[in-house]
Amino acid sequence: MGFYDFLSGNWPEVRDATVDHAILVLEGLGIAVAIGLPLAVLIYRTVLPRAVVLGIAGIFLTIPSYALFGLLITPLGLGNGPSIVALTMYAFLPIIRNAVVGLREVDPAVVESARGMGMSRAKILLSVELPLAWPVIVTGLRVAAQLLLGIAAIAAAVNGPGLGNLILQGLDKAGTPFAIYLTIEGAAAIIALAVLFDAAFALLNRLTTSRGLSA
Amino acid sequence: MTDVATGTIRLEKLTKSYDGHGKPAVDSLTMDIPAGEIVVLVGPSGCGKTTTMKLINRLIEPTSGRIYLDGKDVTRENPDLLRRRIGYSIQQTGLFPHRTVADNIATVPRMLGWSKDRTAARVDELLNLVGLDPDTYRRRFPKQLSGGQQQRVGVARALGGDPEVMLMDEPFGAIDPLNREALQNEFLRIQAELKKTIVFVTHDIDEAVKMGDRIAIFSQNGRVEQYDTPEKILSEPANEFVSSFIGAGAAVRRLSLSRLADVEVPDNWPTVGADDSADRRRVAAAGTDRDFLLVLDADRRPVGWLPAAEAAEDGRTVPLLGALGPGDTLYEALDRMLTYSSTGHVVTDAEGRYRGVLELDSLRTLIHANNSAAGQSQEVS
Repeated sequence: MGFYDFLSGNWPEVRDATVDHAILVLEGLGIAVAIGLPLAVLIYRTVLPRAVVLGIAGIFLTIPSYALFGLLITPLGLGNGPSIVALTMYAFLPIIRNAVVGLREVDPAVVESARGMGMSRAKILLSVELPLAWPVIVTGLRVAAQLLLGIAAIAAAVNGPGLGNLILQGLDKAGTPFAIYLTIEGAAAIIALAVLFDAAFALLNRLTTSRGLSA
Repeated sequence: MTDVATGTIRLEKLTKSYDGHGKPAVDSLTMDIPAGEIVVLVGPSGCGKTTTMKLINRLIEPTSGRIYLDGKDVTRENPDLLRRRIGYSIQQTGLFPHRTVADNIATVPRMLGWSKDRTAARVDELLNLVGLDPDTYRRRFPKQLSGGQQQRVGVARALGGDPEVMLMDEPFGAIDPLNREALQNEFLRIQAELKKTIVFVTHDIDEAVKMGDRIAIFSQNGRVEQYDTPEKILSEPANEFVSSFIGAGAAVRRLSLSRLADVEVPDNWPTVGADDSADRRRVAAAGTDRDFLLVLDADRRPVGWLPAAEAAEDGRTVPLLGALGPGDTLYEALDRMLTYSSTGHVVTDAEGRYRGVLELDSLRTLIHANNSAAGQSQEVS
């Protein structure tokens, strides 16, 4: 049986796993943004908290993914729980660091003149600093998404959803011709998702960034 | 204190000190800034002039002392509300790069809750005021403008909410000399119209003399060595620090305070009409010992010089070298004479019509009169 025959045989499975994979990554990304962005806003102007938060996020990223998923089984059980939490932890560093860098790169003269015109602190943050930092923040999201798409394959090891399951099945069947097919399906679908996500973030960046910053 | 003119500022024993620094940045400064005048704070870097300016809109909160605006103590007022009443423009412009020119200028009007129509009308009015065509520039982003245009938008934005008081920190400092002079002149024209109270910070004494109705010379720690009109400061420096800060050439600098509109220009130069016949030109040439006759058109606008020796011949007129207008100063008259090493220089009125001709001799007379009017005889033999 050739690869294409095999693919047409288990296509529904590949399709569902791809959708699950994308959802898993978006969940991890979403939670990381929901926690990371406000955290970045809180710490970007203070020296010690900034160093502590970025240090911890950096440590998260260095934990081998197999180990992290495994460690999370104890508190969170199997399946979706540990998968989403692990992905969230990996996404923190690119998201928080880019947000901090973006906010810190805003021209101090622009912020000073905003204060000088009588803008409140909250208004400066929402209508000046965040819009100016936005392209850098979106780049952080883009990097985090690419990172998570790869790591999410490990979720299968803790009974999580996604394309890792195809790859894991392939490993189980090592030595049979189907092993290679399954692994290729899983990997190719992840690559396809990565290309898709990248294009989506490029589009998001273009649509939500002021022309005054790009043109 | 309710009878104080709108726009009056009083600083009373203002002090700003920072922890860990021995001397305060500004030490017990008291200063009255009259309504409708440009007061220039000038001094070497680190003298506290910028700190003093930022104390007025409380971008820097004073350690002690009081700030009065229109006679009312604003030291404890909500700083954001206070700042919306005070225009603020800085050297780096601080324009919002992600917003259009119109949105930038509308910043304060929107915070003040103006209607859309009123805000839009205000934006167009201000763009016209600073010499930018609204239809062309309204929708542009700051980076699509030249440095000079950005600075104009910065000034327009500071004027957005029609504040009585403007604070300007080296607003023309980053502009090349040629454009800076144009912007300065334009700003003086705008101010003549608007009559705002303006606190203007610069390190450049020439700019201070040119822009200021009054100048405050700072030495250090917000210490004001002299606070007076430019004429007084140049002619009677209060102490050693002031004289060394204004430097050599104070007498020459003072020339830039006298506009030609305000002085007598000799108007006895021989002239001929551009349409005069050869005979009339010959008669005019015979009646003078000047080497050149001034040619005027039908509206008495100078068009060129006619060599007296060739007065009867056609097509001998040589072109004028940039006539001096009523807005030019004695300084510019002297400068132009030296630049072109010309004996006579034509002076025109506001409509460009012939007013007279300045020569080195007549200019010297004016300079002497100017110097003695300033209360000092600086006879140079």
